[in-house]
Amino acid sequence: MVIERRFCWALAALLLLSVSALLIAVTVGSVTLSAAELWAVLQGGGDPLHRTLLLDLRAPRAGAAFATGALLALSGALMQVLLRNPLADPYVLGLSGGAAVGALSAMLLGFGAAMISGSAFIGALCSALLVFGLAQGAGSWSPARLLLTGVVVAAGWGALISFLLSVGPAERLPGMLYWLMGDLSYARSPWPAAMLLVAVMVLALPAGRSLNVLARGPLQAASLGVPVVWLERGVYVLASLLTAVAVTTAGSVGFVGLIVPHMLRLVLGNDQRVILPASALAGGSLLTLADTFSRVLIAPEQLPVGVITALIGVPTFLWLLYRSR
Amino acid sequence: MTPLLQVKNLVIDIPQRAGGEPLEFAVLPGQVWGVLGPNGVGKTTLLHTLAGLRPARAGEVRVKGRPLQAWRRRALARMLAVLFQERHESFPATVMETVLIGRHPWLPPWQLERPEDIALARQALERLAVAELAPRLLSTLSGGERQRVAIATVLAQAPQLWLADEPTNHLDLHHQVGVMALLAQQAAAGCGVLMCMHDLNLAARWCDHVLLLYPDGAVRAGTAQQMLKPELLSELYRQPLVAAEVDGARVFVPVK
Repeated sequence: MVIERRFCWALAALLLLSVSALLIAVTVGSVTLSAAELWAVLQGGGDPLHRTLLLDLRAPRAGAAFATGALLALSGALMQVLLRNPLADPYVLGLSGGAAVGALSAMLLGFGAAMISGSAFIGALCSALLVFGLAQGAGSWSPARLLLTGVVVAAGWGALISFLLSVGPAERLPGMLYWLMGDLSYARSPWPAAMLLVAVMVLALPAGRSLNVLARGPLQAASLGVPVVWLERGVYVLASLLTAVAVTTAGSVGFVGLIVPHMLRLVLGNDQRVILPASALAGGSLLTLADTFSRVLIAPEQLPVGVITALIGVPTFLWLLYRSR
Repeated sequence: MTPLLQVKNLVIDIPQRAGGEPLEFAVLPGQVWGVLGPNGVGKTTLLHTLAGLRPARAGEVRVKGRPLQAWRRRALARMLAVLFQERHESFPATVMETVLIGRHPWLPPWQLERPEDIALARQALERLAVAELAPRLLSTLSGGERQRVAIATVLAQAPQLWLADEPTNHLDLHHQVGVMALLAQQAAAGCGVLMCMHDLNLAARWCDHVLLLYPDGAVRAGTAQQMLKPELLSELYRQPLVAAEVDGARVFVPVK
């Protein structure tokens, strides 16, 4: 069997992990709720203070964290197939750079949260279009060409980011740095990200087997009946959209998009039909837990969540790599 | 009988090279064609053009009487399969996963591989004597074993027309003969086979038709009997050859 029983178990375990991560995220914090209090609120009763705390403050943030992590990991998994490179991540084509330039410019100009999100999204899309157009060039689209174009465009955004940071007034710098490291305290509604996540899952899962074939190279895929050009463009557009919405929600949180799919590949193999949903669940759980840590570790101060994802992700990843055959 | 593959006035497109003489031949069910020619003459390009993977400069390719462009990719993939000379392995994959890729054109998007697909894949692996490698990672296999897995993948694809690029690459003598016998068996069952190759003796033993591609752009197509002659082949490879008859087959030996 190809979709083996162990894959079902893995997905079930990841689902359980996701639910637990979300429950931990809404219970733990400055006021930690007991299981009984949590249950009372979920039933529709409980202390009104607890209700506000849980439903209005923690649940949206936990939801946003989960959706963002899932989007980033899913986008990373798609990028890895598109570029036929297991080291690709959602930011490798410069999307986060474009988003960062958009967001930091809005911050410098003193705009509010909505405008910051909006211009981050526009920055990300501009970057995606720029790379898409340039990689097209006069010839054809090859992963190497796309990757090089993306890396160079990302370097360009990097220079612009440094410029914005160096001319920015000192009082705005912490906010800008937090955005760059990834921070969920600006995240408001989890719904756009969550809805996109569901939509992309519905689109990407039936394409899973085609993506497996695409990973064997465009000629092999075409000879097996895969519409390679359409599939590649589709994956590019979807992955860009996922990343754009993720960075708009939480800034450029690093490592989730690279490490989560790669880690799952080491454990579960490379069947995209398993890797895509598993990445979404694991990415969501990782970011939800990391965000919970970032709220409580040095409470009442908050750490940027990107620091935590890196601190959790890097050793786990190195350990898995060390153990792998 | 409708030819499985019909080529009319075809000029393949090799950048920065003159077109050469147009190709004209047809592969009927039951025929085994060998494509012979020196390195870089365009054998692989021809194969990819016939599979619709790259455009031709001129002329027409018909598969089962229908122009190549009129086929939907998926329907074409059920009809003809390509054995590539080069393969990309960007992600680690097991032998079983690799062979099941051959079932892709036969499955609708949501469908997981059915038990009959798994059974077909297993049979293909057994036919190529690599069944015991099924759970192994492709990267841990030898070149010859990988070649046999690739052939098993095409077998699992169950095409009516095989386009094989040097199918005996990396194989030891025993497996070379095994693969040629497999292709002959496919042809006997009503498939068409067209393969690029370098081994004249295998061609003489197993091919009934031969296409010669000359470096100056000239082409010759015909029965193996007509084409596999020392004077034609010596000119083809710019290497003097002598022929002898052994066990009912012609063998070619280079002149020192």
